[in-house]
Amino acid sequence: MQQISVLAGGKTGYGIDSAGLIISRLFSRLGYQVYMNNDYPSQIRGGHQFVIVRAATHKIAAHSDQVDVVLAFNQDALDLHQSSLKDNTLVIYDSAKVQVDGLPQSAFQGLDVGGILKAENGSPDMDRYCMIGGLCRALNIDLGLLEELLRKHDAKLWEQKMKVARQGYARTQQVTTLEQLLQPVLPVLNGCQAIGLGLLKAGLQAYVAYPMTPVSPILELFACLEPEFELQVVLPESEIAVMLMATGYAYMGVKNAVGTSGGGFSLMVEGLSLAGQAELPVVVVLGQRSGPSTGMPTYTAQADLGFVLTAGHGEFPRLIVAPGDAEEAYYWSGVALNKAWQYQLPAFILADKTLCLNHYSFDIKQAPELHEEQPVLWDGKDQYRRYRQTDNGISPLAFPPLAGQVVKTNSYVHDEFGIISEEPAVAKAATDKGLLKERYLAEELQAWETVKVYHEGVCALLCWGSNKGVCLEIAQQLGLKLIQLVVLAPFPTQALRDALQGVEQLISVEGNAKGQLAILLQQHGFQVDKQIHKYDGRPFSLEDLANAVWEALK
Amino acid sequence: MSQLKTTAPVAWCPGCGNFEIMNSFIAVLEDMRNEGFPLENIIMVSGIGNHGKIVDYVQINSFNSIHGRAIPTAEAIKLANPDTKVVCFVGDGDTYAEGLEHLLFAAKRNIDITVVVHNNRTYALATAQFTPTTQQAYKASTMPYGAKESPFNPLELLLVSGATFIARGYPVKKEHFRKLLKDAIAHRGFSCIDTLQVCVTFNNLYETYNKHVVEVEIDDLTNFEEALRVISSWDYRTSEVPIPIGKFFEVNRPGYEDKFTRFPPVPEDRTVELLQLLDRFI
Ligand SMILES: Cc1ncc(C[n+]2csc(CCOP(=O)(O)OP(=O)(O)O)c2C)c(N)n1
Ligand code: SF4
Ligand SMILES: [Mg+2]
Repeated sequence: MQQISVLAGGKTGYGIDSAGLIISRLFSRLGYQVYMNNDYPSQIRGGHQFVIVRAATHKIAAHSDQVDVVLAFNQDALDLHQSSLKDNTLVIYDSAKVQVDGLPQSAFQGLDVGGILKAENGSPDMDRYCMIGGLCRALNIDLGLLEELLRKHDAKLWEQKMKVARQGYARTQQVTTLEQLLQPVLPVLNGCQAIGLGLLKAGLQAYVAYPMTPVSPILELFACLEPEFELQVVLPESEIAVMLMATGYAYMGVKNAVGTSGGGFSLMVEGLSLAGQAELPVVVVLGQRSGPSTGMPTYTAQADLGFVLTAGHGEFPRLIVAPGDAEEAYYWSGVALNKAWQYQLPAFILADKTLCLNHYSFDIKQAPELHEEQPVLWDGKDQYRRYRQTDNGISPLAFPPLAGQVVKTNSYVHDEFGIISEEPAVAKAATDKGLLKERYLAEELQAWETVKVYHEGVCALLCWGSNKGVCLEIAQQLGLKLIQLVVLAPFPTQALRDALQGVEQLISVEGNAKGQLAILLQQHGFQVDKQIHKYDGRPFSLEDLANAVWEALK
Repeated sequence: MSQLKTTAPVAWCPGCGNFEIMNSFIAVLEDMRNEGFPLENIIMVSGIGNHGKIVDYVQINSFNSIHGRAIPTAEAIKLANPDTKVVCFVGDGDTYAEGLEHLLFAAKRNIDITVVVHNNRTYALATAQFTPTTQQAYKASTMPYGAKESPFNPLELLLVSGATFIARGYPVKKEHFRKLLKDAIAHRGFSCIDTLQVCVTFNNLYETYNKHVVEVEIDDLTNFEEALRVISSWDYRTSEVPIPIGKFFEVNRPGYEDKFTRFPPVPEDRTVELLQLLDRFI
């Protein structure tokens, strides 16, 4: 067997996600590429949580509803996922907690988890090791691999945990063999971590955030790396303060980023306009989640594209990138930071809960080379003018303290020195400067893969962000072309025109109800023929999308 | 003196209390320069209101932020380079209303910035409404029937929030105010001066202040109870009672900025570190 899907389900707060991560890493160590979807309610303990870990010989970034193995930590894990069971799905269940009456017992293996924990003096939260031990036996995975993993990632009481795992192993029967592949073992990380790595690579110095799902792992990552990477990580009193701190850092030449979701971003918007007016580079990681308002905080959505495109009063240029998987998250986050500084404008990394919190095998070699790029700096000649007019709208930067020079920045319309002006000519020139920068940025980006094309076909799927993975597989299955927009602003008109060569029917796939990307295309003179929307907080599974595309093709 | 002024035309009304705040600041800057402090290490940050225009007139580094939000901007500037001295010029509407949380959190953190509140007790640039420190008897065109709520005492809030330097000044008392301003900037830690800046156009309290302002000298500036007693002795409801000015509280506590790394002068290439980091995710 060279491809597998495992669902683990139980109560939120009792280690289902950490079980999923261990399973992902086990498969990864066997040479597989993995993807883990994590579905959990906004509740610290209780409520139903499940993860689906899928492993394949090649890169994947989508989950399947049809699973090969279920690890049922409680009754819900079975009852709520009946439709995910195939004829031969193996169910390993906690026999004290799960009733399996009336189900095809052949594929079911009960484990007396409580009894094993008692016998081995394990604490109740070690149940996952028992189940994982059982999974290892069922798939014929060497327990030595599990031991290596626990010693590295979960070292506290690892010997105890292994004892429990060995019991689970001993009391389960082998069902198949998940073959060891001769492929490199890849790191497994979530989109937030990939974004963080990209920002670090491009020279991030400070990160400012107020906690909010789904981007909190970025804050955790940077908090943990603060000394090692000589970072400053700040958690101020509100997202308003977050954005204003970002502008203060930018003024001082400190490369920084902020992270939030829709509600927090709403609070940042006034400060965003300041960054626009004062030409301060700020980078916003925006992890979309289900809204409006508090919505469903731990569920996904792609419903803030329209908001981000126009957020902030007044007109100013911006860069919006929407990575679709971990490698893109890494690469494009770094690009966003580099370009924000080169063009002195706000840049957005538009992600969603799916990308942020799901886990991916991460192959850095699949991402283009990423380096810190320097902004245009002042040559030190004459008197410094922070907003000097230039041919491309980019004024050379200098940062305080600067002996004999003054650096002034301003939220008011300002002259070249940064001093307030309400002269019509100055006001017009300031806006023209922004337009000019936007044009040059768009031109520069033409040399980049702002629109990606996969496969061939007269019918094409169109997607952005985390739907890339599921669209890729379905497009391949159904013989369709796939067009992915990675850069959403400035709009990549020419690249999209090229991508649409030979396409007769264009079907958009989005995680919102109104087709926000389709609307954006229309604004730029492109037509979308059919639209597929999903706005129930859950990402498309392979089956969801295949059905929806069949419908659209009818 | 003129070296420290820009050529921008000043947009304040004649007689506005903002002039003396600016002149005092320039005088303090000159003092500091004479004492060897490099003025390029000073950064002014302002909010939005008539007070905020001060940054356009003084020829040093400045950041004109947005209404109520000068303080978080200033905090990041300080963290970016702890060798700087960051002075915020903010309004009473600006910072006692719109951005109050930032003021209290900056005090709580004891970050080494100075906040000069141009407390003219009106939203002057918005043409006169009640701020959190407007006297009860104030009548404004937008509130012809008077106040519906009472003022609070921002210095009480600052004291309990952890500010390590709290003062009130009246710039008409030139020497007194300049000394306060200089001390506040010199203080290592969070400092705030509630500054009785008179708005001649919308809340002309010159006569009242001249009659009621009293300079106080507190022997033990580290005495919390004494500070609270003096601060609470005037509650802003009326101005026809003794109004204490002077330094009310000053203590030393470690600064927020000390807890952060200092950025290396030249950024290092992170290629190797990053690959090592990736190994942790295997
Ligand atoms: C977010 C926001 N709300 C409202 C305003 C409008 N506004 C501009 S100045 C001002 C009043 C300023 O009052 P204060 O801070 O006391 O400053 P002063 O003009 O009295 O010096 C207001 C409300 C604004 N600029 N921004
Ligand atoms: S309105 Fe008041 S505060 Fe504003 S400039 Fe005139 S006198 Fe000064
Ligand atoms: Mg005021």
